[in-house]
Amino acid sequence: MSTPTTSLKPSAWRYVPLVLVALIFVFPLEFMIMSSLKPSEQLLADSNSFRAFLPVGDISLNNYVAAFARAPVALFLFNSVFITATTVALALFFCSVAAFSFVFLQWRGRDTIMTVLLTTLVIPIEIIAVPLLLLVNQLPWVGLHGFSTGWLNSYQVQIIPFSADALTVYLFVQYFKDLPKELIEAARIEGASWWQIYYKVIMPLAGPVTATAAILKFLAMYNQFLWPLMVTQAEEYRPVMVGLQYFFQLNIAWGEVMAYLTLITVPVLIFYLLLQRAFIASIASTGIKG
Amino acid sequence: MQSGKKNQNSEATGWLMAFPATAIIGLFIIVPFLLGFYFAFTNQRFISPNPTEYVGTSNFHQLLDLGVLTLEPERDTATQEIKKDAAGALTYPTVRSLTRNNPDMPYFNGMREWFSWHSGDNIKVVVARDVVFMKAIVNTFIFVLVVAPLQGGIALLLALMINQKLPGINFFRTIYFMPVVVSIVVVSLLWRFIYSGDNGLLNALLGFFTFGAFKPVDWLGNPATALPSIIAMSIWQAVGFHMVIWLSGLQTIPVSLYEASDIEGATSWQKFRFVTWPGLRNTAILVLVVITMQAFTLFSQVAVMTQGGPVDSTQTIVFQAVQRGYAKQDIATGSAISVILFALVITISLIQRYLTRESNT
Repeated sequence: MSTPTTSLKPSAWRYVPLVLVALIFVFPLEFMIMSSLKPSEQLLADSNSFRAFLPVGDISLNNYVAAFARAPVALFLFNSVFITATTVALALFFCSVAAFSFVFLQWRGRDTIMTVLLTTLVIPIEIIAVPLLLLVNQLPWVGLHGFSTGWLNSYQVQIIPFSADALTVYLFVQYFKDLPKELIEAARIEGASWWQIYYKVIMPLAGPVTATAAILKFLAMYNQFLWPLMVTQAEEYRPVMVGLQYFFQLNIAWGEVMAYLTLITVPVLIFYLLLQRAFIASIASTGIKG
Repeated sequence: MQSGKKNQNSEATGWLMAFPATAIIGLFIIVPFLLGFYFAFTNQRFISPNPTEYVGTSNFHQLLDLGVLTLEPERDTATQEIKKDAAGALTYPTVRSLTRNNPDMPYFNGMREWFSWHSGDNIKVVVARDVVFMKAIVNTFIFVLVVAPLQGGIALLLALMINQKLPGINFFRTIYFMPVVVSIVVVSLLWRFIYSGDNGLLNALLGFFTFGAFKPVDWLGNPATALPSIIAMSIWQAVGFHMVIWLSGLQTIPVSLYEASDIEGATSWQKFRFVTWPGLRNTAILVLVVITMQAFTLFSQVAVMTQGGPVDSTQTIVFQAVQRGYAKQDIATGSAISVILFALVITISLIQRYLTRESNT
């Protein structure tokens, strides 16, 4: 792998392209964070120079205060976190238990059902969004206020349709297939029920795939846009991505927009930087198919 | 060997365990998918006082009908000579005169001009029943055809850079992947500002590096640059994802192959051409299929940045499906567009798989 060079620092020049590319990926996000600290007028003026990337001039958290005053930002954040966390938890349970059944149990129709479920991998939400909208509008619901029809403007319309999906089932199926069957046999001989085997034998071994599935589901849910846009006309149930609309009335206050963008993005970035190995491994594992 | 009782137990438990995921995927993915096919052949609206009726393929005709009209120069009714206007140019009948209430050509009724060209003295006009949707299809194809090779190629380049054995290389991998975790909605808004015509960061940077020679461009406000701008930004956001997939492919290539080619005195390019690339064939198929599928569903960037404009230069299939199915509450047309999109996605991915297989032999 080594390339013979005569320079004093043989590998230093190899960092030059790496750093240049890194700047392309970092600068827009760095610009977002810096801009969130500046008044809109200064932000616009600074964007003509490298001051755009520097925390100079009139630096304050005023934009954040203004953003909270303009829109129910805390509510949007709560909605997003609640919807994402609930969906991830439900999907991990429903999909892992289904995968467990597909891989370890014998029952009539198993292979057909598994094949049909996994085939839905090729159906993106964009293709079913329109008919799904009509469908959820006619579904019944029993809530705190009794019986009602139509799921629009609710949490469940953003949670339940996504609480199981083909990709998550697929990830668990692939992982379970590689586990030794003897584990199951041994537990069966000891008289353990299937449910006991699921949560006492298999799931404790499924840490890596659970992390992968959780990360992928988390990213998909938190960043979702099209579906919540269609089903949340009411402010009460809006997640952060749809809440952005509040910042685009008449004159756009760019400072506030940047503050809001920073607020909804930086937690994810920190989460990513802390767990970056797991994040990258989760994407890589979707690639190891063939 | 399991006893009969245990088998019975496994039958019931198996069903029960698979039930929640099956019910949810069935009700919220498979049922709407099938409903979409059904609605596409009806006049279903979101809310309507009238009962839903079967309308055959009329939604598809409304969306996809095309025709070619030939406009001949106008002739003097008496002499049959070609008329010329004051400037000496030929005059032509308007497209509208042929497509509005024209009993001779019922098929063309209501169609509008999409594009035209001169053919001798005549003008050939391609007319479409839904010009906006035609533009949406073309734009989506441009997006897919540019993004798939470009994003796949850049991602491979980045993966090769990251695959070097250098101290601290993981830091760069972390950085390159970073935009992937950021919502495309956030990215789109951010880049809307970067692309802005008057105070945009991109114009300022280009001006700086060309010492002021670069004239500011309203990147998203100009029909010629709007779609390319969305393409560039989309690649910036997603390329790290595919870099990681390439990287996991690269790491499956045995080191011994590189060692052998080092002994043979192979150049870097030869190593790439004869060791790396053949080892990446399966990864290449996967990357292309994944990018193509994602590219076909282009929506958020358009919704946040351009709303399909300027002059429909960034209309896309999914944006149109949402416009009709949601904004205009025309579920039938929205569903028909979804069916067309599904047909395209499936066809393209089959063709892509076939082509990539073929080059294997």
